[in-house]
Amino acid sequence: MSGTNLNLKLKVWRQASPKSVGAFVDYQVSVSPDSSFLEMLDEINNNLEKNNQDPIVFESDCREGICGTCGLVINGQPHGPIPRIATCQLHMRNFKDGETIYVEPFRATAFPVIKDLAVDRSAFDKIIQAGGYISVNTGGVPDANEIPISKEIAAEAFDSAACIGCGACVAACKNSSAMLFVGAKVSQFALLPQGQPEREKRVEAMIAKMDELGFGACSNTYACEAECPKGISVKNIARLNREFVKAKLKSQNVEA
Amino acid sequence: MGWFSRFINSSIGKKFFMGLTGVLLMLFLIMHLIGNLTLFIGEKAFTNYAGTLETLRPIVRVIEVILASIFIIHIYSGIRLWWENKKANPKQYAVNAKSKESSIFSRTTVFTGSIVFIFLVVHLQTFWYPNNFEETGKSLYQIVTGSFANPVYSLFYVLAMILLGFHLNHGFQSAFQTFGWNHKKYFPFIQKVGTIYAILMAAGFASLPIYFLISRGGM
Repeated sequence: MSGTNLNLKLKVWRQASPKSVGAFVDYQVSVSPDSSFLEMLDEINNNLEKNNQDPIVFESDCREGICGTCGLVINGQPHGPIPRIATCQLHMRNFKDGETIYVEPFRATAFPVIKDLAVDRSAFDKIIQAGGYISVNTGGVPDANEIPISKEIAAEAFDSAACIGCGACVAACKNSSAMLFVGAKVSQFALLPQGQPEREKRVEAMIAKMDELGFGACSNTYACEAECPKGISVKNIARLNREFVKAKLKSQNVEA
Repeated sequence: MGWFSRFINSSIGKKFFMGLTGVLLMLFLIMHLIGNLTLFIGEKAFTNYAGTLETLRPIVRVIEVILASIFIIHIYSGIRLWWENKKANPKQYAVNAKSKESSIFSRTTVFTGSIVFIFLVVHLQTFWYPNNFEETGKSLYQIVTGSFANPVYSLFYVLAMILLGFHLNHGFQSAFQTFGWNHKKYFPFIQKVGTIYAILMAAGFASLPIYFLISRGGM
């Protein structure tokens, strides 16, 4: 089903280093409608390299929407105009011939630009390190399904665990809040028996780390849910709020 | 720093107090509107209502102090959150796609809140202050209806009430979300109730200047 090529004008954010001043650079491309967005950037980079020019830096890995590595802001929308897909799953057939497309990196104080379209998302790793884990005993492998968990709870926890940590929620949020991400991570453990031992400590530590790293607070505009490639619900933010207030009131930790 | 101050200074803590004070202010608005609607019944009913509050003056003073504190916490939290959120996200995208992602009510709370605050200052200065601290020689009924007969004042009043409606439409459901009460079964209902509440409040308050402008202003 290959149609005729699309002629597009790309305005791509180029920034040499974290501290340098970036700007949009125009690229005129002719691209197959069957090409993916990242394949189009690959083609541009091949041409740039052929001409001994600096290729556009962007991140990608699995290119099938499950790793969370890619992430571009396309015409003001993280992961582009189509809902519930990652940038790598976006195809050029969704654009019109002659269109101008703005390509930018995720913008947030907590996600500084490394180069061009690549941003440093290690702030997410630091939040996970603060409490996004469970403790398990060493020893023999436990039997499968040893702990009874209802289908409903398992499904709900899985919906939260579907978060791929791409950071589109932060990029979409007018406050650069990470609460959808943190909400999903806190929820997947809070819902399951395995997450209970660290339940209160986890949410207190993850929120403290999130605030420390310079993410904003939630204004309940729900732009995060609209842009999330996995459709993570803002109910996770409500649960995060609930878990946090409960932990603050109940936990024995006066110092946290 | 103890656990409580850490809680109120955390992102969720600030939101929590924003929501809590917001809900208290929403309850106050209901009381205020019910009182105001006596204006429709007539001068006697309104004067009776104002007179009742007058006899309860010491209690009213205490309530006013509590109310002012709630307002101050709400406004302080709002400005603080706005400032910190601005710092977290200093750059805008080249293309503004916000309308595809979120409602206008949720994105404009700082603006609508600011207008409501300006309205509040004017409102206290025109009604509350002269009624309590000035010898005007006029009854509160005369002060109120006199102000509403002024088209500029009434237009400002109505515009501020429309923006208050915007503010409440977001605030109502937002408070439930912030308290963590977002449930599949109830949240769609809460959102509808919030919109109905916002419309009732905006229309209820705005109906008074419109009524008196038309009946008294000779329009």
